[in-house]
Amino acid sequence: MADQNESNSLQPQGSNEVDISSVEYEKVDQPGPKSFFVQLQGFWLTFATMFKKVNTVQYPEVKEPTAERFHGRHQLNRHPDGLEKCIGCELCAWACPADAIYVEGADNTPDNQMSPGERYGKVYQINYLRCVFCGLCIEACPTRALTMTNEYELADSTRGKLIFEKDDLLGPLRAGMLPPPHPMYPGSTDTNYYNGDVTEAHPSQEQK
Amino acid sequence: MLLLDDPGWIITLKALIVFVVCVVLTIMSVWGERRIVARMQMRVGPNRVGKFGLIQALADGVKLALKEDLIPAAADKIVFIIAPIISATAAFMAFAVMPLTGPVNFFGEETVMQLTDLPVGVLYVLAIASVGVYGIVLAGWSSGSTYPLLGGLRSSAQVISYEIAMGLSLVAVFIYSGSMSTSSIVQAQQDTWWYGLVLFPSFVIYAISMVGETNRAPFDLAEAEGELVGGFHTEYSSLKFALFFLAEYVNIIAVSALATTLFLGGYHAIPGLGFTEQWLGGWFTLIWFFIKVLFFFFIFVWLRGTLPRLRYDQFMQFGWKVLIPVSLLWILVVATLRIISTTSQSRVVTFGFAGVVVLIVLGISTAFENSKAKRASVVHPEPAAPDFAVPSLPSEITTINVSQRGGDRG
Repeated sequence: MADQNESNSLQPQGSNEVDISSVEYEKVDQPGPKSFFVQLQGFWLTFATMFKKVNTVQYPEVKEPTAERFHGRHQLNRHPDGLEKCIGCELCAWACPADAIYVEGADNTPDNQMSPGERYGKVYQINYLRCVFCGLCIEACPTRALTMTNEYELADSTRGKLIFEKDDLLGPLRAGMLPPPHPMYPGSTDTNYYNGDVTEAHPSQEQK
Repeated sequence: MLLLDDPGWIITLKALIVFVVCVVLTIMSVWGERRIVARMQMRVGPNRVGKFGLIQALADGVKLALKEDLIPAAADKIVFIIAPIISATAAFMAFAVMPLTGPVNFFGEETVMQLTDLPVGVLYVLAIASVGVYGIVLAGWSSGSTYPLLGGLRSSAQVISYEIAMGLSLVAVFIYSGSMSTSSIVQAQQDTWWYGLVLFPSFVIYAISMVGETNRAPFDLAEAEGELVGGFHTEYSSLKFALFFLAEYVNIIAVSALATTLFLGGYHAIPGLGFTEQWLGGWFTLIWFFIKVLFFFFIFVWLRGTLPRLRYDQFMQFGWKVLIPVSLLWILVVATLRIISTTSQSRVVTFGFAGVVVLIVLGISTAFENSKAKRASVVHPEPAAPDFAVPSLPSEITTINVSQRGGDRG
């Protein structure tokens, strides 16, 4: 005991050390076991719970909506005229911590214009056996091409089926959209697309 | 005696009925337990197989039967196979002496629904329950594996300990009814009140020890999942496991039936509804019997849904240091009261004795509380520091590291 004190007095306190007696603490009151009748309340609790509404959702028949920002299956979005937003930059694949995304970009040509600008994603695969739904790919995407839906029913019977191709991931064609490839809106550049100037497909594109 | 002139075919039929009732009741009670516990936990429980999931247990049974039947290489093969059979057989046999109904017309024969009526029926139940322990011990030992062995030992120690308390709680019933035959105990309760009221302490002790006896929560130490995997039946699979499962539930039904018979008036209606016993030609008593049995079964489920598992030493301490002494003292009181009330007609002596007993109990409990308070108030002196080198205790640390920037990175 004496040695301990001596060594303490010899060794100066470090800059990040404080005296233990200067640390505030609260004494915790430990009252010991409760009385018998108080303990009986537990029985009442379970008994009363029997008549309460259950929390269970009868899942396959009843589907409750997920939280708004639930991370579900991915979706590759389109511009309002139907061109794909994906430019094949592979940033999502680089961001992916689980290495679940595989992208191959390719050049747009005048007769094969898939997205505004120079490049488009030729091959786009997400492996849902690997995906951890962290959403880093969505943060990485520079064009908002990749987002997540609320769809969570992704179980399947084979491994192959769980590798989603571009066709599986692409969002649907909505009103005013034309299936690519088709040229960009006449007189516009890819900047116009990103600024939201293009709101629907040009009638001339439909003729083609 | 209605039972003695039963022809052979009735006895055979009754044996079959007892067996079928046990199995069906097991299947239904497994379903019922899962549903009730589920409701207590705000779930719904099995509701997919059949209407309301009623045949869930049947589906589970089929699944078990179709599973691979493994016997570990280290197991003692013969004993390993015999153990579940002993367990299940013993569980079913206990039901043979339970009086299920009053006098009824059974295919033209006047009889009661009771397979056999032994003059020592309750002792027989206790004996059979003890034989059932062999199934558990042998299963644990023959598995040739550590956890089953430990589980089997725990289980047997538990059943043996609580059987003593159980047996002692029944002594008071024997003293009051003057019989060990189940049917005459039921009859004796018709003359007075139910023994559950008259011998309330016995009833409580029996109710506690029957939970210990059947290895059920909160006394399910033998199959404490967190400690022993599955306990004695860890190595069992397929139908042999199903037999243990069956034995457990039949045991629950059996101890519930015994409690009904000994303490809640057996197949008789609750006081005031005696006229219902004549309904359906006397068969309505069967319904009364099962209402009471299911009441006990609900208690089992309720306990399971409410209480956490006891620690093993607390459990043993409770059995040996509380239940058994209290049982013995209570028997002493009951026996004395019985002697007084049968020899002397004076009520004053009876009440006087009861009053003295109550005073003594109050005195003891007060003294106990006082000594507990006194023990709590004693300040233990610090032991002198030893004159040899010792490592410093946590309480001797005088400084602690505190990060200047907050967090642990400093």
